[in-house]
Amino acid sequence: MSTSTTSIPDPTTRYRRTGQRGLNAEMLSWMFMRGSGALLVILVFGHLFVNLWLGDGVKGIDFAFVGGKWASPFWQVWDLLMLWLGLIHGGNGVRTIINDYARGDRTRMVLKALLYFAVVVTIVLGTLVIFTFDPCPVGAEPSLLPSFCEG
Amino acid sequence: MTAVAEKPQADAGEIPSFEVTMRIARFTPEDDKGVHWEDFTVTMHGTDRVLDALHEIKWHIDGSLTFRRSCAHGVCGSDAMRINGRNRLACKTLLKDLDISKPITVEPIKGLPVEKDLIVDMEPFFDSYREVMPFLVAGGQEPSRERLQSAEQRERFDDTTKCILCAACTSSCPVFWTDGQYFGPAAIVNAHRFIFDSRDDAGEQRLEILNSKEGVWRCRTTFNCTEACPRGIQVTKAIAEVKQAVIRGRV
Repeated sequence: MSTSTTSIPDPTTRYRRTGQRGLNAEMLSWMFMRGSGALLVILVFGHLFVNLWLGDGVKGIDFAFVGGKWASPFWQVWDLLMLWLGLIHGGNGVRTIINDYARGDRTRMVLKALLYFAVVVTIVLGTLVIFTFDPCPVGAEPSLLPSFCEG
Repeated sequence: MTAVAEKPQADAGEIPSFEVTMRIARFTPEDDKGVHWEDFTVTMHGTDRVLDALHEIKWHIDGSLTFRRSCAHGVCGSDAMRINGRNRLACKTLLKDLDISKPITVEPIKGLPVEKDLIVDMEPFFDSYREVMPFLVAGGQEPSRERLQSAEQRERFDDTTKCILCAACTSSCPVFWTDGQYFGPAAIVNAHRFIFDSRDDAGEQRLEILNSKEGVWRCRTTFNCTEACPRGIQVTKAIAEVKQAVIRGRV
C-alpha cells in the first residue's frame, strides 16, 4: 500500500509562478521607456527646430552645415543622445511587440536576434560617424566646406 | 364597463415583441466540425436579455446548446461571453440595446481554451488569481474583535472590491490572448484589493509577485479591460496604481 497522503502545502510558503525570470528587467525597461520618451521629445523637436526653422531653414542643410554642427561638442552630445535613446527606445518597443505577437519560440528568437543586430550596428556606425567625422576632407572643393576649414 | 376599462390598460402595458436572430459559435469536442456558427431565430420581448434568448433556444429549440449561468442577475459572473464582438455578461445585456436588425453574434470569451459551445476552461484564469494570494494576510496578534478601518482607508480600495471574477477583462486583453502567461487584469485587480487594504500585511509580497516578467509590466494600457468590466471597475487605473506601488517599493 502506497502512502498517498494528500500533502497540504505549508501555508507560510509563497505561491511561485513557474519560470519566474528576469526579475526587475521589465520594470527597468518600463521606466526607461517613460524617461527616454520624455527626453526624446525635447531632443527631436530641438533638432527639428535648429535644422529646419532657424537660419535658412531646410535649404541651409548641406555638408558644410552638418560639418559645422559636429565641430561643436554640444551638438555631438545632442546627436549622440538622440541616436542612442532613439534606437534603444525604438528597439525596446519593437522587442515588446515581438514578445507580444510572435507565437513560436523560434520565430521570437530569430526576430529578436535580427532586431538586436540592427540596433547594435546602427548605434556603432552612428557613434563612429559622430566622433570620427572629418569636416575638412583633403582635396575637396573649398566652397562646399565649413568656413573654418580654410588655411 | 370593466371590459372597456381593461382594454386600453392592456395595450399600454403590452411589451413589444420582435424576432431576433442569434448567431452562436458552436463547438463540440466529440465531432469533427470544429467551431462553426449556427443561427437561431426566436421571438423575444423588449424586456428580455441575451441570456433569455439563450434560454429560449436551449429550452425550446436545441437542448444541446451549452453555456454557463448561475444567478442570472449579474452577480455571480458565470455568463461572460463575447456578444457582438464585445465581452459582456449575457444576463446584463438587453436585446433591445443591441442592433436586432442584424444577427447577434455570441461567442465564448477569447484566450481561454473552449470546452464546449460557450464554456471555456477557467482554470488558467483562476491559477493566476490564486497566485496573487487573494486573501487577508494579517500579522501580529489576533485582535479579540473586528479589525477596524476608517472610511477613508476603505475608500482606497473600494473600486476593486466589486470584482465578480467573470473574466471579461482578462479575456479582452490582447496581451493575455498572445500566450496566456500574463497575470491578466482580474488577478491584478484582486491583488490591488488587498495591497491597498490597511488591514493587510502581505502587500509587499504581492507587489513582488506582480513585479515578475509576466506581471504588471506587460500591461500596454489599451483600456480593453476597463471597457469590458460589467461592474464598471477602473481596471487600467488599478493596474497603474499597482505599477506605481511597485516602483516606490511600498504601498
